[in-house]
Amino acid sequence: MSATGTVDASAAAGSVVQLEGVGLSYGKARALDAITLDLPSGCMVGLIGPDGVGKSSLLSLIAGARAIQQGRVNVLGGDMASSRHRRNVCPDIAYMPQGLGRNLYPTLSVFENIDFFGRLFGHGKVERNRRIAGLLRDTGLAPFADRPAANLSGGMKQKLGLCCALIHDPELLILDEPTTGVDPLSRRQFWELIASIRQGRPGMSVIVSTAYMEEAAQFDVLVAMNAGRVLATGTPAELKQQTGADTLDEAFIRLLPDADRGNHTAVVIPPRDDDHDEIAIEADHLTRRFDGFVAVDDVSFRISKGEIFGFLGSNGCGKTTTMKMLTGLLPVSEGTARLFGNTIDARDMSVRRRIGYMSQGFSLYSELTVAQNLDLHARLFELPVEAIAARIEEMVARFDLAGVIDALPDALPLGLRQRLSLAVAMIHAPDILILDEPTSGVDPVARDGFWQILAELSRKDNVTIFVSTHFMNEAERCDRVSLMHAGKVLTSDTPAAIVAARGTTTLEQAFIACLEEAIADTPEPAGQPSIASPLPAETPEPSRKRGATFNPTRMLAYSRREALELRRDPIRATLAILGSVLLLFVLGYGISMDVENLTFAVLDRDDSAISRDYSLQIAGSRYFTEKSPIIDYADLDRRMRAGEIGLAIELPPGFGRDVSRGRHVDIGAWVDGANPTRAETLRSYAQAIHATWLAQKGRELYGEAAIAGSYQLQLRYRYNPDVRSVVAMAPGIIPLLLIMIPAVLAALAVVREKELGSIVNFYVTPVTRLEFLLGTQLPYVVLAFANFLLLVGFALTVFRVPFTGSFPTYAVAALLYVTATTGIGLVISAFMKSQIAALFGTVLITLIPAIQYSGLIDPVSSLQGTGKMIGLVYPTSYFVTISRGTFSKALGFATLHNELLALAVMIPVLVTAGALLLKKQAR
Amino acid sequence: MRLDNLLQLGIKELRGLARDPVLLVLIAYSFTFAVYEGANTLPETLNRAAIAVVDEDHSPISTRIAMAFTAPYFSTPRLISQYEMDRRMDAGLDTFALDIPPDFQSDLLARKAPTIQLNVDATRISQAFNGGGYVEQIVDAEIAEFLARAREARKPQIDLALRVRFNPELKRSWFGAIDHLIMSITMLSIILTGAALIREREPGTIEHLLVMPVTPLEIMVSKVWSMGAVVLVATALSIAFVVKGWLDVTIDGSVALFLLGTALQLFATTSMGIFLATVAGSMPQFGLLLIMILLPLQTLSGSMTPRESMPQFVQDIMLAAPNTHFVMLAQAILFRGAGLEAVWPQLAALAVIGGVFFVIALRRFRAFLA
Repeated sequence: MSATGTVDASAAAGSVVQLEGVGLSYGKARALDAITLDLPSGCMVGLIGPDGVGKSSLLSLIAGARAIQQGRVNVLGGDMASSRHRRNVCPDIAYMPQGLGRNLYPTLSVFENIDFFGRLFGHGKVERNRRIAGLLRDTGLAPFADRPAANLSGGMKQKLGLCCALIHDPELLILDEPTTGVDPLSRRQFWELIASIRQGRPGMSVIVSTAYMEEAAQFDVLVAMNAGRVLATGTPAELKQQTGADTLDEAFIRLLPDADRGNHTAVVIPPRDDDHDEIAIEADHLTRRFDGFVAVDDVSFRISKGEIFGFLGSNGCGKTTTMKMLTGLLPVSEGTARLFGNTIDARDMSVRRRIGYMSQGFSLYSELTVAQNLDLHARLFELPVEAIAARIEEMVARFDLAGVIDALPDALPLGLRQRLSLAVAMIHAPDILILDEPTSGVDPVARDGFWQILAELSRKDNVTIFVSTHFMNEAERCDRVSLMHAGKVLTSDTPAAIVAARGTTTLEQAFIACLEEAIADTPEPAGQPSIASPLPAETPEPSRKRGATFNPTRMLAYSRREALELRRDPIRATLAILGSVLLLFVLGYGISMDVENLTFAVLDRDDSAISRDYSLQIAGSRYFTEKSPIIDYADLDRRMRAGEIGLAIELPPGFGRDVSRGRHVDIGAWVDGANPTRAETLRSYAQAIHATWLAQKGRELYGEAAIAGSYQLQLRYRYNPDVRSVVAMAPGIIPLLLIMIPAVLAALAVVREKELGSIVNFYVTPVTRLEFLLGTQLPYVVLAFANFLLLVGFALTVFRVPFTGSFPTYAVAALLYVTATTGIGLVISAFMKSQIAALFGTVLITLIPAIQYSGLIDPVSSLQGTGKMIGLVYPTSYFVTISRGTFSKALGFATLHNELLALAVMIPVLVTAGALLLKKQAR
Repeated sequence: MRLDNLLQLGIKELRGLARDPVLLVLIAYSFTFAVYEGANTLPETLNRAAIAVVDEDHSPISTRIAMAFTAPYFSTPRLISQYEMDRRMDAGLDTFALDIPPDFQSDLLARKAPTIQLNVDATRISQAFNGGGYVEQIVDAEIAEFLARAREARKPQIDLALRVRFNPELKRSWFGAIDHLIMSITMLSIILTGAALIREREPGTIEHLLVMPVTPLEIMVSKVWSMGAVVLVATALSIAFVVKGWLDVTIDGSVALFLLGTALQLFATTSMGIFLATVAGSMPQFGLLLIMILLPLQTLSGSMTPRESMPQFVQDIMLAAPNTHFVMLAQAILFRGAGLEAVWPQLAALAVIGGVFFVIALRRFRAFLA
């Protein structure tokens, strides 16, 4: 490697990372190909290149977060393919993945986030607090220690990420695009912070990837990458020299193979003619408040027709809000916004027709093709139908989309997608284009191509362009720029004038000067690093535990964090606590087999004493409710069809007379068969009542002899003498709820980490699989047990289900059971990638065996085949027996110990399965 | 509100749905196999019920009774001693235990009216009730037949001519199929509209829509009509090909009237989908909310068990849910062949509930966009 010689002098000899023939594929896509590199230790190494060239993949391999597919990766003197080596060195590596705060926990406060990492690395309380205090002071985050990470600005999130990475004094710091989406001042502060840390720890190596070439110019060694391959390595000076370029941006473009460079030419924006005095956009003392928080504060500017107006500022400073007010998306709180002299009204559709808007994150429908996207927008903007085809053709030609007209946007490279977004925003030929960070994440060549189009639109078509950006070289191309900070416009002028006024050499420096001045004026400092004091001298770590031995501190760190997160997520917490009670309530009442209030009505065509006696017999039953008498057949038919009566009885004319004379009589009865279960009950009740009446009449008419000689059937309803549904249902539903909800929550806990990206903390910290799983499981076991108590309490008080057996036995069984059911959730989570799949998958996987094969409906003893096999190994079967036994059958430990033992055996089996299935690295 | 915008935006939703294989599979499954499965797996209340017989008589009649319990209602009776009976019932092995006392046959013939005891495990509520009746009928028939040869009894000549209307053979599959169809209609309409909104919200395209000349009302109505139409068409196809064709269920009433009711139900449930999607931040949260909403809707609406057997306050609360009225309407039209004159109160209730839900969802949706 060409740079090694020059760099060696500045740092300790040797290399920190050696890569040999490293390759990586995601499915068919090749992310890295034959990478061979030797990165020197003790210095700052930069990976440069646009999005999607493999920088992040390479860094995750070096950090040990991703499994190696091909080649050798040696880090800190050992092979990262060996899990033993990874375990040994992971306390020496710190890894900050890409994305603002991606490995942080958004609902946890700044302090809690750092504290979690401190616990993972096994620091004691005193040591942890000392380190956290030091880190917060040095990063200027101390005033925000209690603020949730989600509410931090981009720059602050990255500083917090750095604190979390530095808590354990790593020897190798890996930062993946740490400054993307961060304002210039925060960016500079971030690098100053890194510099001061390096000063305090001269031996530390830093590997950074970045898309900002200005930053890369400050690094010791650069590795330029494209399409999964290394283009060149060397110091910034060497790279510029090698390509004969003045700036790194240019140098990089020249390093690209011809095919990727396309017909790249430097962007030239012709100067504007000065005779434009028509004002296109005017903001006059614009203010916007959200719930007591001022997002945009008294902003004024004027943009004349055909001007390119740049808007700069950090994430969350109010740029997007200002743009939304100008597009009429958001109503203004105070002040006025005018387009071509007309005040904007959010409800006025005509304003929207003059604006083309491109929001952050590309406003395209990924489910529509390029042509369909263009067509939809043309129609929504009410272009005349006959003109649409021509207009689409024109846009396709202008933005060079012909080759991809039937492709889906997601399949296109970022640069092309962004051209398509612009084409969509331009479809109705608006006078004004509002572009919100259109080029973030796009490679330099595509960005230049995009600006070439903007220049044309402005100068040739006289379109007014209002654009926000993070890139200084783009800001320099604007006619005028505004810098926003905390809702206020700090300065607004031509780039040259701003530089001149500040007396600096570059626009970036001028902005930083402005920002620093603004921050000095604000009472609450937005975080100034005290660069003067590097981190306190490191005391050698006394007893840092290495290796895979089980460490309860690390396990509890996960438990604590999981519990905190759960507490702050209203929807999950509600489901966890109230969900089960709600469902017990619903199922307890809903799956009621009690037969009461059956409706019946009589068509009495006889109206004699005997016929009335017959009706009374039915009405007297506690199961039946009598409705008003039926008038005729039509009435009977209508009322049965409407579902008003379930049983209709017709007593024929002469009924009383015929009965008295002992003649044969038929009573007509109709049962509503719509619900077969209820119909069956109705039928058997009607028959039973009829039989009772007959017996009674028989005795009256023919004397005792008529019925003697038969037998009696004595029915004993055991365990539930009143035969109340809920007494039978509640002890069966409790096991059902205690498997479904705990399993869902436990599965979601792990899959959520996978989906949000914080699982990487598990990959790169010393925490073992068992610690991670048990730590995550513990809060859910506690929660599920609390849920159990709540459910039992609810069953006892609201449903008044008598409890007859041994409660301690029941409680111990419940504890074993919920440990097993949360374990099932963890095992399932190993197979699921997205939360939604985990949610519905777990519900299906747990509910079907629990309902069908666990003795809830049919006893396991009457099942056959596979059903019986599942029933015998499924924990619910045993807990259902225990639940019914202790609730209704007055049983205790002596009779239920076999079931308890079966539950206890399942726990180690499930936890081991979960640990074996969980991967300690991404694949 | 421009009709052309509604049309264009609705078509966009349909195209989006067409490219979502997971949802397409879910729709296809819910309206075909789920309905079919629902029709056929609904358990008979009595299926291989575990029964044991304690025969202390060992006479011809006691043996006859023990032999009379056969599949599919009962598993082969196990002959046990009286001592075993309690233990087996405690362990949940037997649901029924029939105890025939010593000298039963001779007492019977001597007109001493002996007593047979039937023990029922009443914690197995589904079998306890109807099963008890079956056991009684079987014992009754056996004894009657036995006695009939011995002598002639004299009883009043009054017969109860019992006829079951609308589903004479009491086929459970009819009920199960319609029950599952209703469930699919509710579930899919909420999921599809909710997903349509969340799909748009996550990549931020919804705000983009708003810079175009369309109003929140148009956006919401376009989602409601397009997703509602998908479910309505699926319902019509399911009735024609799955319920009538595959399952051979006889439908008495007017399918068109039922579809009108379905459309009103969809108006309410799609609005509910929009509302839930604005409350939930993401798909997973939407899923959790869905579980908490769907289960009560389904179980307490009267589709699984009759409303009459629920406590009065539950019945009253559930009047506010569209499903309750939809279930009444569906059962009345499809099973009992009821016409407009019988179901207009349900149609009116659905329209009112749908209107209220729509207005609430629209307000919430507007606030959510601002």
